[in-house]
Amino acid sequence: MKIWVFAQEAAGAPTSGTLELITKARSLGDVTAFVGGDASGVAAALGEYGAAKVYATGDLGGKLHGVAVAGAMKAVIDGGDAPDLIVFPQTTEGRDVVARLSVKLDKTVLTNNTGIAVEGDTVSVTTPIFGGNTLVTTTFTGTGPFLAAFRPKSFVAESAGGAAAEVVAAPVPDLGATGGATVTAVHVEESSGPKLDEAAIVVSGGRGLGEADKYAMIETLAKLLKGAPGASRAIVDAGWVPYSYQVGQTGKVVKPTVYIAAGISGATQHMVGMKGAKNIIAINKDKEAPIFGIADLGIVGDVHKVLPKLIEALQGR
Amino acid sequence: MNVIVCVKQIPDPAAPGALDPSTNTLKRDGKLILDESDSYGVEMALQLVDKAGGGEVSLVSMAPNGEVSGLRTALAMGAAKGILISDPALQGSDALTTAKLLAAAITRAGGADLIIAATESSDGYTGTVPEMIAEVLGLPSVTFAKALTIADGKLDAQRQTEDGYDDVTCPLPAVVSVTAGVVEPRYPSFKGIMAAKSKPVDTVTAADLGVTSVGWAGAGQTITNVGQAEARAAGTIVEDDGEGFAKIVSYLENLKVI
Ligand SMILES: Cc1cc2nc3c(=O)[nH]c(=O)nc-3n(C[C@H](O)[C@H](O)[C@H](O)COP(=O)(O)OP(=O)(O)OC[C@H]3O[C@@H](n4cnc5c(N)ncnc54)[C@H](O)[C@@H]3O)c2cc1C
Ligand SMILES: Cc1cc2nc3c(=O)[nH]c(=O)nc-3n(C[C@H](O)[C@H](O)[C@H](O)COP(=O)(O)OP(=O)(O)OC[C@H]3O[C@@H](n4cnc5c(N)ncnc54)[C@H](O)[C@@H]3O)c2cc1C
Repeated sequence: MKIWVFAQEAAGAPTSGTLELITKARSLGDVTAFVGGDASGVAAALGEYGAAKVYATGDLGGKLHGVAVAGAMKAVIDGGDAPDLIVFPQTTEGRDVVARLSVKLDKTVLTNNTGIAVEGDTVSVTTPIFGGNTLVTTTFTGTGPFLAAFRPKSFVAESAGGAAAEVVAAPVPDLGATGGATVTAVHVEESSGPKLDEAAIVVSGGRGLGEADKYAMIETLAKLLKGAPGASRAIVDAGWVPYSYQVGQTGKVVKPTVYIAAGISGATQHMVGMKGAKNIIAINKDKEAPIFGIADLGIVGDVHKVLPKLIEALQGR
Repeated sequence: MNVIVCVKQIPDPAAPGALDPSTNTLKRDGKLILDESDSYGVEMALQLVDKAGGGEVSLVSMAPNGEVSGLRTALAMGAAKGILISDPALQGSDALTTAKLLAAAITRAGGADLIIAATESSDGYTGTVPEMIAEVLGLPSVTFAKALTIADGKLDAQRQTEDGYDDVTCPLPAVVSVTAGVVEPRYPSFKGIMAAKSKPVDTVTAADLGVTSVGWAGAGQTITNVGQAEARAAGTIVEDDGEGFAKIVSYLENLKVI
């Protein structure tokens, strides 16, 4: 099976989601990474994890990935090198590329997957629905290239000790009117401490904190535990913290050693983003809150009482 | 300026979801409501048209059983008219087919300067339909807009990224997907609700739009298994008696993370 992985980079290295997909793909077939941009900085790492070849578009000149990378992929396919399967991280850019390509190739796309199985030419993917309680397996029918997008942290990234991959140019064709959007400035929200989706400990706050100021308790606690602060969507939408803090279906997927949820009810869309944590601690004043259904340790209590004492106890150590 | 908003009508997300055991698709036989995610797009469209000082907001929606209650909510907010695609043949349609149909309906409506959708729906959440619509119509697109302004035939957006946002500029016509929270959706007024009852909704089938190969036949995918995920073992739940924090400290100590 010939598999392409849409490879993304951040700060000069492949994203963890990319390396997870390459690791999984190499157990299923021959892997080519497809990079939107210049690949010289990432070809070594992509090869190390199992990509034998890298297609790279070269600098996108401010064009959004969706239209540009899908155009470049279509051009390679039309040129005769068609894969059987293309896998994408379910990210902002991954979603855009797979959607544009779906129309260009007139092929369906299966999204939000967490598992994949290949038997001969048959490709099946699994998707958790209803907050992860039900697992649906779907099989592609017809002919490839099959298009599938996977949630971050669905697989574990492991080096294969491979050599640097050969880089082949896959230039972006003329996009006509579709290429009209241009990025004019990039804003990165700086945060100190470990990244939310890589931290061993995540402390998240929700609407139960009552007001924006109280989020400081979450930040203090996260700092004391050398972890990262996170949030439910309710308080992101309310403007208490930036979107980059959001955990859940439409935010980040985290799998830390410990996840502490304070004043979070445990909506299914929140739980799909943190259910994979090894240990879950929940603090909520409502003992019927759904979050207690998945908590290893649940404290039925007021965050305004429990958190200050917890912070004090940890500061005293 | 004319804006078309894609509005999905979905089963109430507060009710527990269920699959139809005969088709393995989401049950959509109860009353459908306007997807809250789309109320932001409707509000944004109304504000942009207002600011432009002329034009109107139209809606397109695809839903089973001639369902219009969600469309009526958006009309009550202030949209002028709508097109509903409803057809028993569409059962089991995938995102790609949905996008082809919505794009055809947009063309039937005469196109627009701007087409707005939400970044993802609340029930299917593939998050692919808006970008697909743009490709079908041959238009540029900006996804994940968390702020949007229009001037001089182009749009400027703040596009949310994994670790911040990008400023993006794009000529019109274009497709934009907006995030929840981009604006504060208005509540329909009583007057709006009454007016919505007589606003025109044009109901069409897939054949009317000239889109063939729809529903199961066109989907290119088949559900082969539905199973239960492994449940987490039940944990310890204790009432805080003032010493709840100490339980957390000793739990963390046992894990050797402190
Ligand atoms: C399409 C879609 C995508 C979504 N994606 C996400 C996502 O990615 N991430 C996400 O988080 N949500 C997401 N949501 C929203 C989700 O459905 C919930 O609305 C949200 O998670 C609720 O946030 P919350 O738990 O902070 O607030 P609430 O549900 O309001 O819960 C607050 C909790 O705090 C408790 N509480 C109140 N006061 C106290 C106190 N003093 N002490 C202790 N506890 C207290 C209450 O008992 C309650 O359980 C999505 C929704 C949709 C429709
Ligand atoms: C749990 C679940 C998982 C699914 N997974 C897949 C999958 O992996 N691949 C696939 O092809 N299909 C999938 N489907 C089917 C898919 O939901 C439908 O095809 C749907 O019509 C379009 O996709 P969406 O809701 O995911 O749209 P999204 O792309 O998430 O929607 C984004 C926005 O597009 C607009 N929009 C989308 N649908 C409509 C509509 N019917 N009317 C008006 N505006 C609309 C709205 O503004 C919406 O907010 C799934 C359905 C369910 C219930």
